Amino acid sequence: MAGRTRAIGMRLAQTVPVIIGVIVISFILTRALPGDPAVYFAGAMADAESIQQVREALGLDKPLVTQFFLYVGDLAQGDLGRSISTGQPVLTDLAARLPASLELTLSALVLSCLIAIPLGVLAAVRQGSWVDHLCRVLVTAGVSLPTFFTGILLVYVFYYLLGWAPSPLGRLDFIYFEPPRVTGFYLVDSLITGDLETFTATLRQLTLPTITLALFTLAPIARMTRAAMLQALSSDYIRTAHAAGLSRGKILFGYGLRNALLPVVTTLGMVFSFVLGANVLVEKVFAWPGIGSYAVEALVASDYAAVQGFVLAMAFLFVTLNLIIDLSYALIDPRIGFDTK
Amino acid sequence: MQTNRRNFLKLTAAAGGAAMTPFAWATRADAQGLETMVVASGQTINSLDLHRTGTNRASYQVAINCYDRLVGFGSRQLPTGEMSYDYDTIVPELAESWTISDDGLVFTFTLKPDATFTDGSPVTAADVKWSFDRAVSVGGFPSTQMRAGGFFRPDQFEAVDDQTFVLRLDYPSKLSLPNLAVPVPFIINSKVAIANATEADPWAMEYLHTTTAGSGAYTVTRWDQGQQIVYDRNDGWVGGPVPEIRRVIMREVPNNSTRRALIERGDVQVSFDIPDRDASELVGTVDVFSTPIENCIHCACLNTKFEPFQDPEVRKAIAHAIPYEAIFQSAAYGRGAPMWGGPTEITDTAWPRPFPYATDMDKAREHLEASSFASGFPVQMSISLDLASWMEPTALLIQESLGQLGITTTVERIPGANWRTVALVEKSLDFHLENFGGWLNTPDYYFFWAYQKDRLFNSSNYDNPEVHALTEQTLHMSTDDPEWAPLVKKMFQIVIDDLPRIPLYQPALNVAVNGASGYEFWFHRQLDPRRMTGV
Repeated sequence: MAGRTRAIGMRLAQTVPVIIGVIVISFILTRALPGDPAVYFAGAMADAESIQQVREALGLDKPLVTQFFLYVGDLAQGDLGRSISTGQPVLTDLAARLPASLELTLSALVLSCLIAIPLGVLAAVRQGSWVDHLCRVLVTAGVSLPTFFTGILLVYVFYYLLGWAPSPLGRLDFIYFEPPRVTGFYLVDSLITGDLETFTATLRQLTLPTITLALFTLAPIARMTRAAMLQALSSDYIRTAHAAGLSRGKILFGYGLRNALLPVVTTLGMVFSFVLGANVLVEKVFAWPGIGSYAVEALVASDYAAVQGFVLAMAFLFVTLNLIIDLSYALIDPRIGFDTK
Repeated sequence: MQTNRRNFLKLTAAAGGAAMTPFAWATRADAQGLETMVVASGQTINSLDLHRTGTNRASYQVAINCYDRLVGFGSRQLPTGEMSYDYDTIVPELAESWTISDDGLVFTFTLKPDATFTDGSPVTAADVKWSFDRAVSVGGFPSTQMRAGGFFRPDQFEAVDDQTFVLRLDYPSKLSLPNLAVPVPFIINSKVAIANATEADPWAMEYLHTTTAGSGAYTVTRWDQGQQIVYDRNDGWVGGPVPEIRRVIMREVPNNSTRRALIERGDVQVSFDIPDRDASELVGTVDVFSTPIENCIHCACLNTKFEPFQDPEVRKAIAHAIPYEAIFQSAAYGRGAPMWGGPTEITDTAWPRPFPYATDMDKAREHLEASSFASGFPVQMSISLDLASWMEPTALLIQESLGQLGITTTVERIPGANWRTVALVEKSLDFHLENFGGWLNTPDYYFFWAYQKDRLFNSSNYDNPEVHALTEQTLHMSTDDPEWAPLVKKMFQIVIDDLPRIPLYQPALNVAVNGASGYEFWFHRQLDPRRMTGV
């Protein structure tokens, strides 16, 4: 156990240079962006004098090195600066928007795992059967349909034509108010306060965007499950297990799936990281106040603090995620120990 | 702005006996006026304070809804039947009455005695003075806009007593009074603001950024940046007739298709600033208002620094080669007003006005052959990616048409963040598209920004001393002055011949309404819910 703690400590220590690198690179990259925020925010009618006033107000008249150390100094105190385009401290923005994105992404991943893993397993076991074909169709459709198209299609059918889904107006319809903030996840927060009405409303709002994202993430997970499962089922130990007369269930899930899970978890991690940043289009369609659209808008406006804050938050998230995935490897496959690394 | 659910409901109950759910469904069905109006808009509000650095256009609505000005604009019916604000009618808002000295230099305003801020304190001339001082002192856009009316320094404003406010001008100008009715010179509760000001922040920019302190028709009861802003009616408003709609919810819905589904389903009453395409397709399904934006023209600009464009025959050739109708149909879906094929003789002072050019390839060829570039020339045409929705199709159509003359164009797409610098400041784009629009609705104001030498929106580097002088002469002159109209017509004639900017069409502001009425167009291109009602 002590070994494991030390191993985790080592892994955490390894992330420090990564974070420092991210801070430096994001600072330099945002400054290298085309466009001058002072000009942008001074407005179209501004003259040279008012642009200079804005530049001074934003602290952009100082040399780059000074700006960098001021930024790092603020960062050390937990101050990510203030986004000019939203007018809020970046930390407030991230705290409001990251849970929205996480809630959506996690629900989508849970849903897509619930569908993709059984589907992948079945497709592998009954190769060439209708399940296999269904799997292939779903996977192809999921990959080839862009998310904004699926999103708009779902809105059109389930909201516009059928009227089953609520108005695609973000996380909650305006007749409800957001639950008192504990985690920032509306589903969790509304359960904590025991407000079932808000919980249901949140769930209803979540349904369409979740399905949209799930369709998109389904493909890699199902493919990977199927492939890994096929490989596992054709290995020697499965043949041995069969010969030893073990039950079919034990062979499939105890030996087959467990060994197949490793690549699936890796894929899951990659899909998660990818989707969190890339669901801008889904956020736009469903008016979801997420982190993706925030980052894109900040980039367009050369909003330095917001872009840096976003990159930093994502870096932290990825580092944490990778750590969790590494740890889960050891749980899934005891042969992978931290001590050996 | 933190209102939790419980006291929000309590507020509603106290405010007027709506049922437990404060919102609209039930009330909408009975058609007895509109309790709550839900508006979907693609824009995001980034501050409650217009004077703050970086406040975007969408945020101007807060200054309109939650604050008053001394005066406002009346309304009028357009020839199309749509309603619009009326630039020529100035009506009292916080001022009960005003007098202007004979030399036009001193404006004396008497405030309404019963005007109060939402915290109950009376509106005094000292508040007006503080707010105006702030607008001219903070720099950036608000100060620029104040200068357009002749307001430069705090010493021009004086609070004589609680009820009397005096404004002194350096020169008389017809733009001064209308410029008091634009969103910028809004009146802030100076007692509250000063109480929340600090030494580093004497104008309470931080406080007013997230809180309103005004006397306007509505107050902001909730603002979730990036999601929604909720306005509740101020029943004690004296700036005009108390609005019928008790609560206005502005939801941010960035995706156009989603907004379209919402308005068609009737789940929102207004979808604000929709694309031309949606507007043309929604006609017949819901009420669609497409009002040509006053004093705004989409233009193709010919930079005088570029050698071929110095030849007047080349400019005329291009003006005749532009496929106006095709552009109007494919870039604007027919929304707005055509700006081509106008009469040759100038008999009125209407502006924007159609120039007397129309698509005629034969004429275009004649002009080009008469020029020193008879075989054509290559040129780069630049467009802004931020405005790609109209610039892209326009550029491609122009490219194709000019190709027939031997003028080969390459289209360069410039990121929005760079556009202003290269197009307006450096004025380095040879051939480009531009869309200046002026808030103050007089032709000379447009000329001031777009045709005078070195002005920001004169992206063509146009330099004609006569136009410059005529603009100077007419800018502050009253439009009733018998000299004004002939001078303005002369200006028109020169730029029509010189063609530094070729007008393409006047764009429209499109608004879809489903379940509400009383929509009015405003020059600031924001929704003014104060005069809106139920069906």
